[in-house]
Amino acid sequence: MILLAVIIGVWSMIFLSALMRGMETQMVRTAISTLTGSIQIHHRDYRNDPVVENSMDSMDKLDQALLSIQDHDIFWTKRIRVSAIAANARHTGAVTLVGIDPEKEAKISFIGNAMISGRFLLAEGKNTIIVGKRFLEKFNTKIGNKLILMSQDTQNQIASKAFRIVGIFSAESEAIETQFVFVPISQAANMLKMGTSISEISILLPRLDITGRQERQTAVRLQHAIQDDSIAVEDWQQLLPMMKAYLKMSGFFLYVWYVVVFVAMGFGIVNTTLMAIFERMREFGLMKALGMRPFQIIKGVVTETFFLLVSGILTGTILGFLSVAAIATTGIDLSALAAGVQMWGIPRILYPEIWVQDVVVAGVVVLFLGILVSLYPAFKAARVTPAAAMTKN
Amino acid sequence: MAIVEAKNIKKTYTQGKVTVAALCGIDLMVEKAEFIALAGPSGSGKTTLLNILGGLDLPDSGNVIVDNHHFSDMNQADLAALRLHKIGFVFQAFNLIPVLSAIENVEYVMLLQGVPKTQRHNRAKAILDDVGLEGRYDRRPAELSGGQQQRVAVARAIVSGPAIVLADEPTANLDSKTGEDLVLMMQKMNTEKNVTFIFSTHDQMVMDYATRLVTIRDGLIANDEIKV
Repeated sequence: MILLAVIIGVWSMIFLSALMRGMETQMVRTAISTLTGSIQIHHRDYRNDPVVENSMDSMDKLDQALLSIQDHDIFWTKRIRVSAIAANARHTGAVTLVGIDPEKEAKISFIGNAMISGRFLLAEGKNTIIVGKRFLEKFNTKIGNKLILMSQDTQNQIASKAFRIVGIFSAESEAIETQFVFVPISQAANMLKMGTSISEISILLPRLDITGRQERQTAVRLQHAIQDDSIAVEDWQQLLPMMKAYLKMSGFFLYVWYVVVFVAMGFGIVNTTLMAIFERMREFGLMKALGMRPFQIIKGVVTETFFLLVSGILTGTILGFLSVAAIATTGIDLSALAAGVQMWGIPRILYPEIWVQDVVVAGVVVLFLGILVSLYPAFKAARVTPAAAMTKN
Repeated sequence: MAIVEAKNIKKTYTQGKVTVAALCGIDLMVEKAEFIALAGPSGSGKTTLLNILGGLDLPDSGNVIVDNHHFSDMNQADLAALRLHKIGFVFQAFNLIPVLSAIENVEYVMLLQGVPKTQRHNRAKAILDDVGLEGRYDRRPAELSGGQQQRVAVARAIVSGPAIVLADEPTANLDSKTGEDLVLMMQKMNTEKNVTFIFSTHDQMVMDYATRLVTIRDGLIANDEIKV
């Protein structure tokens, strides 16, 4: 019974933690690919007020700084990103105008693999724009139709330009499809009279470090290389403080879940061990009569529990790995909950991810607490008087 | 110098609302190498006294001294250590460990004492030969007769050279012939190895072999007779 309880407990701990970690990782990946990037360089006031005035124009310095982290696996791109108004004959609405270098942008953000209709942008494309699927529905328009964009230029004048829709993209959430419209960066710069100024540089590191350590270190190196207080270099945790807070909370609740599982398991361990002790009371009485010290009885009971726990932990861990492997390629389809999960940036298909630390913590928690709770029955066995114990059936 | 001294031992048991006075003030002194039978009817307190002399139970009042060890100064761990080195037990129901063989049952006490493997194996074998079980070392208790099991129990009790052996109705589950053989074997241990034996019994045959007969009635010593 103890063995079964431990196996099921450890299995559930590992499987659930794999689902949660997978969800966390995918949420962060989605957030990073939704234009955030692993690291961003922008004017220090840009995040508080994303207007054309808060743009960067010291491109030589920035190019030099980027050379300091050059790696064939690190990609970066420049963008212009401002708030704008989009309008056509049927609808008017607020959007975020994003001017991109199509070739570089495709390697960094979601937009590279998001096209579902029409074509992607070309760097030299004149007055071309791509919009989201939901945007198309909202504005009741289609590929080939015109769309007017208006914003404030660097001379504080209203700048407007007509673009022709050449492609439609799909994103993880409808909010993204509605909010962002993409044009070639040269077109955006032209419209807003920005010259060579840009709003931001987005950098993608080859591997996601969900703790953010690697990104932080690279950001610090870059900031040091730039040596300009008007420019801020921020990693994704700084750019997405709510995501960072969620990850911290999620990690905390995972371990709270471990404790809850263990408490349930612990009752089973104590109860079953007590029953076993009571059934073997005569045996313990005999051992004491023959000269076994109370401490040796405690040691014996705890050792038996230890081996049961280790067997259970190993088996539960193997089952955990097998069950994660079984859904590793197909994932768990959350489409039925699409609206709800979208709101939180959770992907529609959830792929589990085992973290070594979770496996180790699960094992250590169960082993340590299992031995701890077995002490009570062990002490009960050790305290019994031999004469009383040996009269039990 | 007495090897066992019991002074004013009292013990009561409470079962539900009923309180039973098992021992009402027992004084007993046992010299080394005595072969004593504690006799009396069922419920007289023989087993209770034996358990208290062996430290298996604690008296409500009074003191026990075994081989200069005062029980009142000892905790459970100390009493266990005393039993390990100084006191051997033979029980009515044999109480062998069923998953161990005869030789392993005898070795068990020496294992607890920390005796090296070869030494304990050789001593266990020699003792089993002494009690007439040569060639049956590897048999489990279920493969031995009642008499043979009790012989293993006696071997286990004396293998570590205890100061006293306490035997609680050792012949109760044996036929008369087997029981007598057992008592004769223990008598031989008593005379050859100077092991002190204290029996609790209501078997007349055992009482006949005892060199001293202590009769207990209603929790008190009614008679204490040294037989010539």
